Amino acid sequence: MVVTEVSRITRTLVSTLINGEETEFICEPRQSLLECLRDGIGLTGTKEGCNDGNCGACSVLMDGRLVNSCLVLGVEAQGAEIMTVEGMAGPAGLHPLQQAFLEQAALQCGICTPGFLVAAKALLDQNPNPTEHEVRFWLAGNLCRCTGYDKIVRAVLEAARMRTAAPGASGVHVGNGAEPVKSSADRNGNANGKG
Amino acid sequence: MRAGMQNFEYVRPSDLSTALALLAEKNGKARAMAGGTDLLVQLRAERFSLERVVDVKAIPELNDLRFDTKGGLTIGAAVPFYRIYGDRNVAAHYPAIVDAASIVGGVGIQGRATIGGNLCNASPSGDTIPALIVLGAQAVVVGPQGERTIPVEQFCIAPGTTLLKATELLVSVRVPSPEARSGAHYLRFIPRNEMDIAVAGAAAWVALAEDGKSIADARLALASVAPTPLYVDAARGVLVGTDGSEEALEAAAEAARLAARPITDMRGTEKQRRHLAGVLSKRALRGALARARGEQYAPAH
Repeated sequence: MVVTEVSRITRTLVSTLINGEETEFICEPRQSLLECLRDGIGLTGTKEGCNDGNCGACSVLMDGRLVNSCLVLGVEAQGAEIMTVEGMAGPAGLHPLQQAFLEQAALQCGICTPGFLVAAKALLDQNPNPTEHEVRFWLAGNLCRCTGYDKIVRAVLEAARMRTAAPGASGVHVGNGAEPVKSSADRNGNANGKG
Repeated sequence: MRAGMQNFEYVRPSDLSTALALLAEKNGKARAMAGGTDLLVQLRAERFSLERVVDVKAIPELNDLRFDTKGGLTIGAAVPFYRIYGDRNVAAHYPAIVDAASIVGGVGIQGRATIGGNLCNASPSGDTIPALIVLGAQAVVVGPQGERTIPVEQFCIAPGTTLLKATELLVSVRVPSPEARSGAHYLRFIPRNEMDIAVAGAAAWVALAEDGKSIADARLALASVAPTPLYVDAARGVLVGTDGSEEALEAAAEAARLAARPITDMRGTEKQRRHLAGVLSKRALRGALARARGEQYAPAH
C-alpha cells in the first residue's frame, strides 16, 4: 500500500466508558474503534467482517446508538459510552437475547453472533415487542452466511417475549432458568408469516 | 489480515471559522468528516490520500435541525439520518425525506451517516438527493469568501464530484416550507428489501391547484440512471394542467426514460434502468399525488 508520510501524527489518549467501566486507550487517528477494542483493549468479542460497513459483525452501541465500529475512529470515542457484546451478560446470567440464541440454535460458526446480539439489543431497547418484519428490517445490516436468518429472527422474537413476559420486564438480565414462553409449534408458526 | 488505513491528523473544531482555517491550510489534503461511513471506506480503499481529517460534528451550525412554517426546514450537514427520520416536523411536513433517509444503509449506518455526507459523496445513487431536488432544497456552503447557496440539483457534477471547493464546507441543507396541497415521495428499486444501493430511484413532488385535483406544479428527479442524480425538467410540462391521469403519468414516465442516461454494471443493465426510470417515476408520482391530497401514504419496506 501507499504510505503517506505525514508529520505531526500523534497518538492520542482516549477516555471512554466501555461496558460501564472507565477505560482509557492510546491510538493513532487512523485506527478504527474496532481495532482499538480488539487490539488495544483486548475486547475481542466484537468481530471484524468486511471492514467497510456492510456486514455488521463489528456492531457496538455508542452512546446507546447502534454503529459499525469499523466506521468509527477510535479517537471519536473520547467521552463516549460504548457497549460491546461483553457488556450484555450480567451477574444474574445471560442477557435474554443470548439465552434465546442458545435455545433457538441461532448460530453456527458464530462470527456474526456478537454483532447480531448487539444490534438486536438496540432494537429491543427501543421497541420491546417488534414484529417479525421489524426484526428482519432492523437486522438487515447484519450478515450471516450460515443460518439463513430464520433461527436468528425467531430467537430475537423469543427474547422479546421472554423480556415482556418476565416480571419487571424492563430488567435487563434474566437468569439461566428463564423458561421459553411459547412452544416450538407457536414459534414455527410465527416464523412463516410476514409482518 | 486487517486492511490498515493511511495515517492522518485528526482535528475536531467547535466553530466554523476554525474548521475553514483547518481545511484551507491543507489545500485539498484535508477533508471534512461527519458520519465517516463513506470517507473511512474510501480512505481504506486509498481512493485518495489525506493529511488531515476535520471532524465537523462539534460545530453547532452543522448540528442544526429546525423547522418553522415560514423559513422551512434546515438540516445541518452533520445531522445523522436517525435524527432526521425521528424528527416530528420532518415526518409531518417532509415525508419524502423520511422515505429516503430511512433506507440509506442499515440501522448502524443511519446512526452515523448524514444528509450532508450523502450529498457531498455525490454518488449517482445517493437516495436523499432526488428527494432534496424535487423539494427545491438549497445547499448552504461557507468558504473563505463567505456564504453561498447552491440548488441541490446543481450540486453534484460527476460521480463523487461536487461544486464544493476544497476550502469550502457544506453547512446545511435548506428545504423550503411545504406549499399548500403539495406532496412528495421517493422510492427505489433494489434486489432485496433493504440495505442495498439503488438500481434506480425516483422522487416526485406535486402541488395541486385550488380545486384539489389538477396539478399546478410538479418536479421529478431520478437516482442511478445518470452520472449524477438527475432532475427531469421535461416531466413538469407534461404534468402541469392535468389531473394526474394514467396518461399524464405515462407521459412523465416517458420523459424520465428519455432523460435517463444509464450504464450497465453489476447492479443492472442500461435497458433495465431505463425501464425502471419510467416505472418508478409513475409510482413516485402516485405517492406524491396521494400525499398532496392529504391521504396517508406509507410505502411498504
